[in-house]
Amino acid sequence: MLTPEIARLWLENFATLIDTNKAHLSDLDTPIGDADHGNNMARGMQALTEALAAKPDLDLAGVFKTSAMALISKVGGASGPLYGTAFLEMAKAAKNSADLPTLLDAALAGVIKRGGAQVGDKTMVDAWTPLVKAVHDGTLSQAVIDEAVATTEPLVAKKGRAAYLGERGIGHRDPGAESTGYLFAALLQTEGAL
Amino acid sequence: MKKIINDPAAVVPEMVDGLVRAYPQILEQIPDTTAVVRADKASMVGKVAVISGGGSGHEPTHAGFVGKGMLSAAVCGQVFTSPTPDQIYEAIKASDQGRGVFMVVKNYSGDVMNFDMAKDMAEMDDIQVASIVVDDDIAVENSLYTQGRRGVAGTLFMHKILGHAAQNGASLDDLSKLAAAVLPHINTVAVALSAATVPEAGKPGFTLAEDEIEYGVGIHSEPGYRREKLRPSKALVAELLEKLDDSLHLDSDKQYAVLVNGMGATPLMEQYIFSHDLFDALAVKNITPAFTKVGNLMTSIDMAGISLTIFELADPEWLAALQAPVETIAW
Repeated sequence: MLTPEIARLWLENFATLIDTNKAHLSDLDTPIGDADHGNNMARGMQALTEALAAKPDLDLAGVFKTSAMALISKVGGASGPLYGTAFLEMAKAAKNSADLPTLLDAALAGVIKRGGAQVGDKTMVDAWTPLVKAVHDGTLSQAVIDEAVATTEPLVAKKGRAAYLGERGIGHRDPGAESTGYLFAALLQTEGAL
Repeated sequence: MKKIINDPAAVVPEMVDGLVRAYPQILEQIPDTTAVVRADKASMVGKVAVISGGGSGHEPTHAGFVGKGMLSAAVCGQVFTSPTPDQIYEAIKASDQGRGVFMVVKNYSGDVMNFDMAKDMAEMDDIQVASIVVDDDIAVENSLYTQGRRGVAGTLFMHKILGHAAQNGASLDDLSKLAAAVLPHINTVAVALSAATVPEAGKPGFTLAEDEIEYGVGIHSEPGYRREKLRPSKALVAELLEKLDDSLHLDSDKQYAVLVNGMGATPLMEQYIFSHDLFDALAVKNITPAFTKVGNLMTSIDMAGISLTIFELADPEWLAALQAPVETIAW
């Protein structure tokens, strides 16, 4: 059962991972995108952290909704609407459930609806899909995360700015998949989340 | 990185503030946003509003085209990053006059998603919103299975045509039909000599050797379709024109508008030389453009290079729309 306190810790851990790795995320985004994923996400997660700190008494849905609104209004680009939609869908689902796999199902469905990407398109969906399944199966580990994120490397992008590269994008890891990996790595770091 | 800035994170708000204070007779900042709206409110009364926006770094696009006869508002996102839905929504509210708002969006996944979310927000408040996604860059293959073509400098012709129609009283529905009719006739392709440096990244988006160029780059240093050694202006014109001809099937019986657009670091002197070669190459095809614009209109920060847009004026009214006077900073 996810509590508002555990959700806050999860998001704090995610924010720390993003901030620590922002230069790495922007580097991944340089050859196949526009070199801003790390900075955009770091700016958004800082806004998210501040927004949550200003509202200490939120319920679970409130934690996710506040997070979503912070990301939607601060990140821009493609990752703002995608992560924002993920958290907004979790907020909606959290009104009836505190079951993490259920919430993650809603998040993934939202990401797919907003971005229109499918598995194999070299986007964050390639990381989200197996990692949500791993949470369902109780098999999430850093090795599973690393493997899921790495599956984007040999792919030709069909969505997002990397799609303009065609085959030249092969061998490069999708930065959105990498940041999604951090979201799930943050779950591993959060006691009581899984 | 060598730039006249204070703090990479403050680039957009400081730029917007400077712009609005420099041109108070044309622009007003929408409070608590980095979006701008026409100062001449009387010119918007009773009209459908045409708005646009996108990442910053393309100046004078988009704010430079706000004014009577063109855009009602423009939303300035972070550098090379789509603006957020809440800011777009504020621009919708600031420009709506009760007849709806038409959004001109360039085909980038972030822009499309953020403008869509803003449209959802506006519709919840009973503001009618319609949009066109411009995808004029023929360097990128268009396919159902990819992101499709990018929206680049040709978007400015869309702004001008729709802005003129809206100023003359077109309805939201009229504008949707007009935009759909115009869209396939605008094609653009570019060549880059060097990449842009995003202030927060601090280094160029890609590197080209001193004697190397790249065809087909986008307006955010996205890679193009071919790299080769630098050639004379005439050869660059020939390459870009051939691409456009393949797509538009240029015909001496038709009328065309052309836009020779500097990407930010290419001097006007070189843009005029390129134009000289372009007019010569078109003359060989017995074509004299009915309308021409040359200049830094849709830039990519400090990228060196040029994009060439050709717009087939399939409807004679489109020429009149391009020629009509406007009160903007940059048209």
